[in-house]
Amino acid sequence: MTEVYLDNSATTRCFPSVAAVMTKVMCEDYGNPSSMHLKGVEAEQYIKFCRQTIAKTLKVNEKEIFFTSGGTEADNLAIIGTALANQRRGKHIITTCVEHPAVLEPMEYLEKMGFEISYLGVDSKGRINLSELEQSLRTDTILVSIMHTNNEVGAVMPLDEAGRIIKSKCPKAYFHVDAVQGYGKAKILPKRMGIDLMSVSGHKIHGPKGIGFLYVNEKVKIQPIVFGGGQQKGLRSGTENVPAIAGLQKAVEEVYHFLDRDVEQLYQLREYFIRGLLQIPSVTINGSLDNDCSPHIISLSVEGVRSEVLLHALEEKRIYVSAGSACAAKKAAYSKTLQAMGVRKELLDSTIRISLSVFTTKEEIHYTLGVLYDIIPMLRRYTRH
Amino acid sequence: MFTAFLIKYAEIGVKGKNRYLFEDALVQQIKYALKRCEGSFKVRKTQGRIYVDALGEFDFEETIDQLKTVFGISGICPVVYVEDQGFEALGKTIVNYMDQVYPDKNKSFKVNARRARKNYPLDTMELNREVGAVILEAFPEMTVDVHNPDIMLYLEIREKIYIYSEVIPGPGGMPVGTNGKAMLLLSGGIDSPVAGYMISKRGVKLDAVYFHAPPYTSERAKQKVVDLARLVSRYSGPIYLHIINFTDIQLAIYEKCPHDELTIIMRRYMMKIAQQIAEETECMGLITGESIGQVASQTMHSLYATNEVCSMPVYRPCIGLDKQESVEISEKINTYETSILPYEDCCTIFVAKHPVTKPNLEIIKRHEENLREVIDELMERALSTKETIIVREEK
Repeated sequence: MTEVYLDNSATTRCFPSVAAVMTKVMCEDYGNPSSMHLKGVEAEQYIKFCRQTIAKTLKVNEKEIFFTSGGTEADNLAIIGTALANQRRGKHIITTCVEHPAVLEPMEYLEKMGFEISYLGVDSKGRINLSELEQSLRTDTILVSIMHTNNEVGAVMPLDEAGRIIKSKCPKAYFHVDAVQGYGKAKILPKRMGIDLMSVSGHKIHGPKGIGFLYVNEKVKIQPIVFGGGQQKGLRSGTENVPAIAGLQKAVEEVYHFLDRDVEQLYQLREYFIRGLLQIPSVTINGSLDNDCSPHIISLSVEGVRSEVLLHALEEKRIYVSAGSACAAKKAAYSKTLQAMGVRKELLDSTIRISLSVFTTKEEIHYTLGVLYDIIPMLRRYTRH
Repeated sequence: MFTAFLIKYAEIGVKGKNRYLFEDALVQQIKYALKRCEGSFKVRKTQGRIYVDALGEFDFEETIDQLKTVFGISGICPVVYVEDQGFEALGKTIVNYMDQVYPDKNKSFKVNARRARKNYPLDTMELNREVGAVILEAFPEMTVDVHNPDIMLYLEIREKIYIYSEVIPGPGGMPVGTNGKAMLLLSGGIDSPVAGYMISKRGVKLDAVYFHAPPYTSERAKQKVVDLARLVSRYSGPIYLHIINFTDIQLAIYEKCPHDELTIIMRRYMMKIAQQIAEETECMGLITGESIGQVASQTMHSLYATNEVCSMPVYRPCIGLDKQESVEISEKINTYETSILPYEDCCTIFVAKHPVTKPNLEIIKRHEENLREVIDELMERALSTKETIIVREEK
């Protein structure tokens, strides 16, 4: 095996078609889409085409797609942009305690500005409790932000039900979904699910880095957080990143081409992987073992082996995974998600995340399992006291 | 207006017949440091002075910054020099100098003339007085203060006439290369780069050794040590960094020796390996960042136990420093931010909860006997698989 890349929740390899179209745009169709001449018009076509492609996958209007620099900016714009534009109606926001920092940090920022934030807890599978959501909704709630798929354990939130509860109890509150880990892995139809805003990142779906988008239902009142030349109806100023947008279009097209088949295949690989992992003594899978979670993420706790050490031991075999907690070696900043799920304290620092993609093969998983069978007993001989 | 610098050096001046060796080394080191600057320079040695002349365009601040990394320099004086064309011409030059260097004229000054060329028509006293008068006439707001002047204007009459008034402190010490070479044990912490800096400051060239323990220490930890070596090499010149894979030795110690003695035994083997490389590379000593009592492995007892394996001198320039003091030096030499990056190194990864603070050498040696069957081969393998990279500060 030359390389086994199992960190697809961090980022993915580009599809060759993505790289090809980006090269073409950078070298040939390099115009500024705002320019009035032909070069500008050509560039603008890529943006329009990408909007159409995305809009089709979501069954929304292409006017409701806004390009951003990525998932983080989309989350920031959705949360801060709607909070500020609607603060006269209320200052209460609901989110979960297992969101990505791109959601949690804007929330903290708003908290300092006088907003009140409620954080929903999760069960042992990493999912929110719908009755807790229902009880948290108030007349002054203006926004609910819930992720589609948790990036650390792959739990998929019950968004259909959440959407229904929000719309029936607080019809005026907006529903934002961070779908960075979910888009391209599950069918998401915002209008049917009551979702008003949804963030997506390009490089998690084999597209380029530095691009993402925010779906904004046309009825949503939102204000910009960056100001400038008034591009994208003034909601997101700045010359559009045309090469990346063209690349994103290709990525979306490819991902959706065989979505059902690919997702089914991912579930099978995941199941095969998990079955193999559970052969190792004292190994636990965090979150659900069934197909009610994301098809590509496995969170794995290996008792008695520190995640960082396991990560580097796998790295020596050219297998790339992620340490479950982004734990800086010396100060133990343990994963909030794992803690909220009630994972045992001694396992927090022994958790790695494995994440698959359409490029992952059964042979790679077989090889990885073999390596794990070899190295885990070896690493367990040397535990820290 | 400045296109030249007068380089002052302190200790070299007191050397006897070897003085020229030190001066030549300093010239070499200055030339080396200036390679990192924009522009080209001439470095010349005349009459016990070193001058740096910029040939054409150059960046003043950048040049000063680089000169500040050259050990042996005690002061850097931006200087203006002119041919002797009579006193009147000199007076004009000086007035122009004062005007440009001190836009704010509400200052006191003193003229400090020196006459190396004794046939100059005015003597030192006369020069001081006459030049002072010219300045006062041109800038009536200025005043003379011979005890505590804001500006000390130096005037040196040599084959040419040199004018300067600013002395920017240099790092001091002795030019690198005048005092042999030593092997620095570089860990990635705060103290070891400081130790390397301090020994290098005395004119010593550095090599370094780092103990890498994959998968327990990461590639980033190794990269961090390379980065630290590069920062130290701004001062010391190129460093040969030897990277030793220490994992197997560490695991053997872990399996066969009491865990509370792990760190001491590990350090003894590190010293042995460092010493062996040092001997092969003509180093004349080892350098560590140890400071008495800072951690369990640096108590007097621990140092005694560690030092016992060394036959060459071990230099520990941080030995009497408090943590805060070495932090201050590391901030000054710009290694602090890199040092505190939170990657595990091999010293922290296997540390016992309660390591011995007063190890008994005899007991330690007895426990090391447990390694007898494997250790020679492991040491041999660690040495034969060492990776060496040359680290230097690029332009």
